[in-house]
Amino acid sequence: MKFSVTVTLKKDVLDPQGKVVGQTLKNMGMTNLIQIRQGKFFEIDLDEKNPSKAQDQVKEMCEKLLSNQIIEDFKIKQKE
Amino acid sequence: MKSSVVVFPGSNCDRDIAVTLEKLQFKNTMVWHKETKLPKSDLIVIPGGFSYGDYLRSGAIAAKSNILNEVIKAGNDGSLIIGICNGFQILIECGLLQGALLRNFGLKFISKDIFIKIQSNKNKFFNKYKKDEVVKLNIAHNEGNFFTDKKHLKELEDNDLIPIKYCDEKGNITRASNPNGSLNNIAGIFNKNKNILGMMPHPERMSDKICSDDSGLPLFLSLMN
Amino acid sequence: MKITKEQIQSHGLKLDEYKKIKNFLGREANLLELGIFSAMWNEHCSYKSSKIHLKKLPTKNKIVIQGPGENAGVIDIGDDDAIIFKIESHNHPSFIEPYQGAATGVGGILRDVFTMGARPIALMNSIHFGSPDNKKTQNLLNGVVSGIGGYGNSVGIPTVGGETKFNSTYNENILVNAMAIGHAKKNKIFYSKAKGINKPVVYVGSKTGRDGIHGATMASAEFDENSEEKKPTVQVGDPFTEKLLLEACLELMKKNSIISIQDMGAAGLTSSSIEMASKGKLGIELDLDKVPCREKNMTPYEMMLSESQERMLIILDDKKENEAKKIFDKWDLDFVVIGKTTDTNKLVLNFNNKKVADIPITALADEAPQYDRKWNKFKVKKNDFKIKELKKIKTDKALFKILSSPDHSNKSWITDQYDQVVMCDTIQKSGGDAAVVRVHKKEKAISISVDSSANYCVADPRTGGKQIVCENWRNLISVGSKPLAITNCLNFGNPEKPEVMGEFVECIEGMKEACEFLDYPVVSGNVSFYNETNSKSIYPTPVIGGVGIFDNLNRIIDMKTKKAGNIIIVVGKTFGHLTRSSFLKEIYSINDGSPPEINLTNEKNNGLSVLNLIKNNLILSCHDVSSGGILVALAEMSISSMLGLKINKPKKFSDLNEYFFAEDQGRYLLEIEKNNLEKIEKMLKKSNTFYEVVAEVQNDIFEIDKTLSIKTEELFKCNNQWFKKFNAVN
Repeated sequence: MKFSVTVTLKKDVLDPQGKVVGQTLKNMGMTNLIQIRQGKFFEIDLDEKNPSKAQDQVKEMCEKLLSNQIIEDFKIKQKE
Repeated sequence: MKSSVVVFPGSNCDRDIAVTLEKLQFKNTMVWHKETKLPKSDLIVIPGGFSYGDYLRSGAIAAKSNILNEVIKAGNDGSLIIGICNGFQILIECGLLQGALLRNFGLKFISKDIFIKIQSNKNKFFNKYKKDEVVKLNIAHNEGNFFTDKKHLKELEDNDLIPIKYCDEKGNITRASNPNGSLNNIAGIFNKNKNILGMMPHPERMSDKICSDDSGLPLFLSLMN
Repeated sequence: MKITKEQIQSHGLKLDEYKKIKNFLGREANLLELGIFSAMWNEHCSYKSSKIHLKKLPTKNKIVIQGPGENAGVIDIGDDDAIIFKIESHNHPSFIEPYQGAATGVGGILRDVFTMGARPIALMNSIHFGSPDNKKTQNLLNGVVSGIGGYGNSVGIPTVGGETKFNSTYNENILVNAMAIGHAKKNKIFYSKAKGINKPVVYVGSKTGRDGIHGATMASAEFDENSEEKKPTVQVGDPFTEKLLLEACLELMKKNSIISIQDMGAAGLTSSSIEMASKGKLGIELDLDKVPCREKNMTPYEMMLSESQERMLIILDDKKENEAKKIFDKWDLDFVVIGKTTDTNKLVLNFNNKKVADIPITALADEAPQYDRKWNKFKVKKNDFKIKELKKIKTDKALFKILSSPDHSNKSWITDQYDQVVMCDTIQKSGGDAAVVRVHKKEKAISISVDSSANYCVADPRTGGKQIVCENWRNLISVGSKPLAITNCLNFGNPEKPEVMGEFVECIEGMKEACEFLDYPVVSGNVSFYNETNSKSIYPTPVIGGVGIFDNLNRIIDMKTKKAGNIIIVVGKTFGHLTRSSFLKEIYSINDGSPPEINLTNEKNNGLSVLNLIKNNLILSCHDVSSGGILVALAEMSISSMLGLKINKPKKFSDLNEYFFAEDQGRYLLEIEKNNLEKIEKMLKKSNTFYEVVAEVQNDIFEIDKTLSIKTEELFKCNNQWFKKFNAVN
């Protein structure tokens, strides 16, 4: 079963990288840019047929390792 | 000789290299990244540091700055350019040099004294060193693990475009003496015309016996030759 | 709206403290005002439990330009040069989010130094972790070390040294203390005291977000099991912006436009504005609509209590706004006039055309509560075991065990992650007794050392307090410098407990005694209380950061032995004091008894004698004898040069281990040329300094006759394995 996970900084947490990238894009002429936030993306392939079990397991991965829950949120998407 | 050191927000070895150049009587100018013109110079330095915080990819954002257009023009016209550490990363990001600098093999920032072996001294930058000379320099980087495709590697090798490789104190080029996982222990490369050099080690950090050593000075003396 | 009991308590205030607040205001406070009071009256900002004791420390002498009370201390190092330095803790944030906690700790201390007009030239740190067996330790160690490196490396300030220790007392409360050292021109130092009425108050740097709301309150509240859920208050550091802010501030400081400047540290806009007004005996009025905000709909409460990093508050002289703004525009930083100074002696905040807070400044600063808390006199336990009764261990085995222990292992796994040489003025990196950094483009240098010895302090806070000042002084002597002044970071438990308060008071009194005797004033510092978990206090851990001076770059020495045939003498007497030693701790897990005594007269005499020998060019290398005793110190000298030693057996000791591992104080190992021995003997006798010849330098082999013989390479290996093994990725 395949999943994708996106980890981003929580809404109110400062994103120094996103800030600098955003400013640079604006300087390059993309003036209609409102905001850009940087995150991480994971593709996960699990040997598990039960969707809810698999979902739980990916969630556990996110909570325990893939994201730093102190400052980050994650979104899980099932692909197939 | 006239030199220009390009300064980006976040550069932090700009002062160090300026001190070294001035010690050797270079007439040096610091050039702010927002400038649109480079002063006429015999040497252009892209210094080390964390331009734009190393955010997104090291060197990626600096490569989009105003002054870089001028640097690229000068480089293509044959001006001598040296990019050290973050400067090397910028030269790659802006296309003056090829390849990629990946995250260090050990996934940690590494700062320490290392040794390099001069592979070739028939160029503008290393002619004051002997071939196969072992030189102590300092490295300090997170992304210095040089990588490129087979075709480019062959081109580098066939045309004498790899002037320096990491080695141990005795000059053996071994896996153990490779600090960051760099392909074939490559510490620096040239462009095809050998007028543009990118290197991870900092020669300016070895330009004063009181603090460390002066084993980096011959590089700058070579340029004056 | 009436403030509830719950609101008062959730702001870390006591009910009687709120009563006082009402008296000052002549009415109920609103929630914003309560937040402001809680930030200013908490331990971190008000020093309410420590102030009356801190006053005992000597803070002045000829070279002190500015003692405690400003952003950092300032000392005179001759010519027109001043050194500005301070150490500060970031313990609780680092336990919660080690990378960001440590990184913002470094950022904060850097701002303390460049706020005063100094270009930072070096960073140091003292980090204490729980036992290596504790499952959190590895992650905390990795996070803290990369956080310290990540910030300092990026800003481009070399991290030149420090100390790392492990003890289960820090299992749930690690210590991260960072020190910054800067260089300024004596006549270009900037202070936080406001002057003049109607002067523009300018906000510069990053925007304000909801970071660390109530971080300062958190930093002074005891940890409990739920503390790991109090997480969203941790701030994120942006070293890139710090670097811009540093350059912009220094550029502005070259002009004559700043009246006063203050960094927004703990309790951000609140403490910075109040401190400036309070010192200048003025009022301040802010228009909060103008505060640059990162998020939409931020409330005055959030703006005033946000701990977003990389921000400063500046009071400018009349008509200098445009000139100043140009500089900040160049560096792409926010620059907004958000208010003005007034003659009302009040903090007035306006938002949406309404006055939202109105507080007398004195109530927030000078009249903040001060407590003379109850404290118990410490009872030093007698040694209740006999060393002779312990199971014998061979000297070589004991040495290997100590050299390969976490506390004594070579720390290059850590220090290789720090850029130690950027700025090209680092003369001695970490690994020696003290770091040495040249004053840029000058023929002089400073030495820096950071030290702590919690294991002594917990057994006898008074002696421990004395000892740690002396050890720090000794370290600066060992590189050949003259010690000048210190900064201290006092990490203790809950001051509301009389036994913890007792540790604090006696530690301070011990420090005071040593500082006075050695003429070694305290010029800045920080107190961190409430370091405990589930009501168990950490060991009292005062950390000392000392700065010394070389007036000549040719007299700098290190601990590397230089040449076979030279001899090593030990200055200072060995009595065989083993309780509280690394030997008992590492070999027998015994942590009982009293620490070694400090004899201040001998300490000073030995130190000055050694310095005199160094000044006369008679010393080739030097190393102070500290934790681990003579043998460990000798081994460290050998390891750093890879030359061997032939070590003499003591005549008076029946038990070799008692001699070789004793931790008697005030001792130094000195490498000298044989033919200088006579001359040196004369000089030492003249100053009544005890010494004995202890070893001769030789090639390759480190040995004691019939006791120990080992190749230096093996010693090196033994000393260099622990961190790599501990952090190996499986």
